[in-house]
Amino acid sequence: MSREATNGVPCGARVLTLDTMNPNVRRVEYAVRGPIVQRAVQIEKELREGVKKPFTEVIKANIGDAHAMGQRPITFFRQVLALCSYPELLEDNKFPEDAKKRARRILDACGGHSLGAYSASQGIECIRQDVARYIERRDGGISSNPDNIYLSTGASDAIVTILKMLVCGEGRDRTGVMISIPQYPLYSAALADLGAVQISYYLEEESCWSLNVTELRRALNEAKQHCKPRVLCIINPGNPTGQVQSRQCIEDVIRFAKEEHLFLMADEVYQDNVYADGCKFHSFKKVLFEMGPEFSSKVEMASFHSTSKCYMGECGFRGGYMEVINMDPQVKAQLTKLVSVRLCPPVPGQALLDLVVNPPQPDEPSYSTFMKERKAVLADLAEKARLTEEIFNTVPGITCNPVQGAMYTFPRIALPQKAIDKAKEQGLVPDMFYCMRLLEEEGICLVPGSGFGQKEGTFHFRMTILPPTEKLKVVLQKIRDFHLKFTQEFS
Amino acid sequence: MYLFTEIGSNVKNMKQLEYLVLAKQTKKVINELRQGVIKPYTEVIDVCWGDPHRAGIKPLSFVRQVLAACLYPQLLESDKLLVDVRQRAKRLLEACDGGSVGSYSPTTGIPEISQKVSEFIKKRDGGVPSYPENIYISPGSQWSLANILNVLVNPEASLRTGVLTPVPCHITTITSLMGMGAVVIPYYLNEEQGWTLQVEELQRALESVKGVCNPVALYVINPGNPSGLVQSRKSIQEVIQFVSEKRLFLLADEVYQDCVFGETAEFVSYKKVLAELGPPLSDTVELASFHSASKGFMGECGLRAGYVELVNVDPTVMQYIENLFSTFSGAPTLGQIALEVMTNPPQPGDPSYPLYKKEMQQIRTTLVQNVKRVYEVLNSLPGFSCQPVEGGAFAFPTIHLPPKAIQRAKEAGMEPDTFYCLRLVEEAGLLISPGCEFGQKEATYHIRFCIMTPQDTMVEILKRLSNFHTKFVKEFS
Repeated sequence: MSREATNGVPCGARVLTLDTMNPNVRRVEYAVRGPIVQRAVQIEKELREGVKKPFTEVIKANIGDAHAMGQRPITFFRQVLALCSYPELLEDNKFPEDAKKRARRILDACGGHSLGAYSASQGIECIRQDVARYIERRDGGISSNPDNIYLSTGASDAIVTILKMLVCGEGRDRTGVMISIPQYPLYSAALADLGAVQISYYLEEESCWSLNVTELRRALNEAKQHCKPRVLCIINPGNPTGQVQSRQCIEDVIRFAKEEHLFLMADEVYQDNVYADGCKFHSFKKVLFEMGPEFSSKVEMASFHSTSKCYMGECGFRGGYMEVINMDPQVKAQLTKLVSVRLCPPVPGQALLDLVVNPPQPDEPSYSTFMKERKAVLADLAEKARLTEEIFNTVPGITCNPVQGAMYTFPRIALPQKAIDKAKEQGLVPDMFYCMRLLEEEGICLVPGSGFGQKEGTFHFRMTILPPTEKLKVVLQKIRDFHLKFTQEFS
Repeated sequence: MYLFTEIGSNVKNMKQLEYLVLAKQTKKVINELRQGVIKPYTEVIDVCWGDPHRAGIKPLSFVRQVLAACLYPQLLESDKLLVDVRQRAKRLLEACDGGSVGSYSPTTGIPEISQKVSEFIKKRDGGVPSYPENIYISPGSQWSLANILNVLVNPEASLRTGVLTPVPCHITTITSLMGMGAVVIPYYLNEEQGWTLQVEELQRALESVKGVCNPVALYVINPGNPSGLVQSRKSIQEVIQFVSEKRLFLLADEVYQDCVFGETAEFVSYKKVLAELGPPLSDTVELASFHSASKGFMGECGLRAGYVELVNVDPTVMQYIENLFSTFSGAPTLGQIALEVMTNPPQPGDPSYPLYKKEMQQIRTTLVQNVKRVYEVLNSLPGFSCQPVEGGAFAFPTIHLPPKAIQRAKEAGMEPDTFYCLRLVEEAGLLISPGCEFGQKEATYHIRFCIMTPQDTMVEILKRLSNFHTKFVKEFS
């Protein structure tokens, strides 16, 4: 069976074709790894093959991958994980005692004392307990039940699982799920795959991407006519927008969810990535409980966290968890069924999560190095956030909101009408046209704003703030120069 | 009181695992042991899952050394690790973005690793070409299977999509199908003939659903789980002919391909047989075959890495499949590294080879002894009959339950073999799975337990099982 044979066979002879495949899957799009990235990979290949280009490398500022951009892992975490992987190293005196202690504890909780054994589908019990304790400390003592913690393969896995469970009904009763515009496109992809109805609510670009309840209400009321709204998703700190919602806003959202009988999904994976003065991360759970029993005993929600972001940036481990609150025990039983299908989350990711929620303490040998590394990563990100906003706002035609948190900037770009027309000619949306040109001319890979959603007639791109500072400066400068040239060309 | 009691009917229809009630009982028993309650045993043996490490088999040293060096590259400077370990780790780190196992991988896997996987497949299949672009790496093979099923199962079609699945079949595939709203079309493997797959039975199964659903795929497990059969070349050819005639997509779950113990049994892949059959079959039969780092002697279940190789699949559809994979941000890097080592192990002449060979040999000897022992012991015990375990990770003997026990189980509202397993945990400290979890002929009962254990554990398992069974039968006589 040759490579070519797959193309040579007439379409009608196959079982699985465009016509017979699940139509929902055809509607799935995920811009973060979409067409522009595929072109970037192709260009990298061409560069390796010696093709001459105006640049020598492609800078992949499309994906929130800190290590790919040179961020160093936290030493302590990697020491413990190495010890867990190859326990003979527990005899090696080059590893600190606190690392060994944690490794032994994790291995004791694994089947056969091995990271290679399956864990329970919900995740290793003592790790769930540690996660619950972490949440309690984070939320000023509000109790967390380990039975409500589900470890997962990255937060994405947990998010999709909950959606799978909540989406039901046919026709006009089909579940509607509220999600922000702009949004992280996992949500729109999952909703397309599940055949759920996406209810878009617009964040306010003019007020730093804040969330207004009147907009929630508008979106909801309109949606009620053609679906059954059941879920409200909110990403805080935001992706791609980076806004850190105020406490008042979070209260308003919770109030709205209660009034409208919506299940709240709080995506909080960037909770440690807060940079702007005056901004603070408030967990939905904490605010919920501080609003008193009228809310805390009624509102049903799930909050999500991950080991891929914050100061760890360990995307490749696929570690994460969700905490479910006020969920009907019968519904939880259904959740158990769903998580069993994928057997268990990767055990190294579970181990890593345990370290994140159980880091070195002040009296432990690894503490000072750990704190130094953690501080350095977060300070570095804060500086890059500031630099990005500053430089972009010097470019006529680019307007950049402060990057209050997360890892991205989502500036608005003014595109000349001629460029918009040219894009149309080529069958591309205008910001894709812009980003493709940037990629071909400068070797910088961004994701067009259309991949995240934006107000009609506006254009944006998402860029990560992750490249090392010196490289970031160069990237920002190149984008500035490109934008001016582009605007000139199409004026 | 709760608002969200309504959930998707597909999810509601998914069967709850029998395992849950057994796990609960096991937890209770373990707690009691911790509190010092005297029992006829001092620890619970858990052989419920195909999990060699949990059962006591040690991880292979080479892969763990490579993982450690990848995680903590300071170890690359240490001469405590042999030079080939360090070279391998260095090469794999260079293949990771930013030189770190913490970065995301490309959607279908780290390219160097997909390359190694395709070379492994080509070598395994005696030269039949394998292309990295047709290989998608995922967090465990079940993940790939779920994605492929997601593409095959059409929720908008007027007739529901059906998939032929074996009885018995491991539970996750069944649950996955039900969760998607697909129809499970059971075809019974022939126990008396060693769990062979008979084409006439496939035919019967297909006919039984005429007009009821739209069958689009046939799912086979070879070597079998839980059945332990290693399919003959002839049987594989028959299945291929069948799917071609009936226009079915072939899903070949081959995760146990490295676990073959029977003296005359030999694993041959569906892809190889397909290629040998030549055109037109070799150019037209659509095939997805699955493998995993969880199985084989490496047994790295917890690392979550597997892959699917797609053959003769429409290239446009493949774009959509890749798109679907992309939303999950890739397979865990450590799992991919384990997959690389599995498909590209130490070779003669490498410094790590002698130890690697020794460990592999030890595991093989253990498993061969285990399956022999299981076959002999269980078949000499009244109340058991066990087919030869040619491959896979499990024994799946028939147990004959006294009518009174069956009655008692029904009164308690549970399946008779679940009832049996529950008692087994409580009274003998042995956790295994009931046959009803996997499907079985009406009024037959089975148990499944993992045979990938150290030898003395297997001796103990069989001892506890036979003692318990004798007592159980007596109690319900």
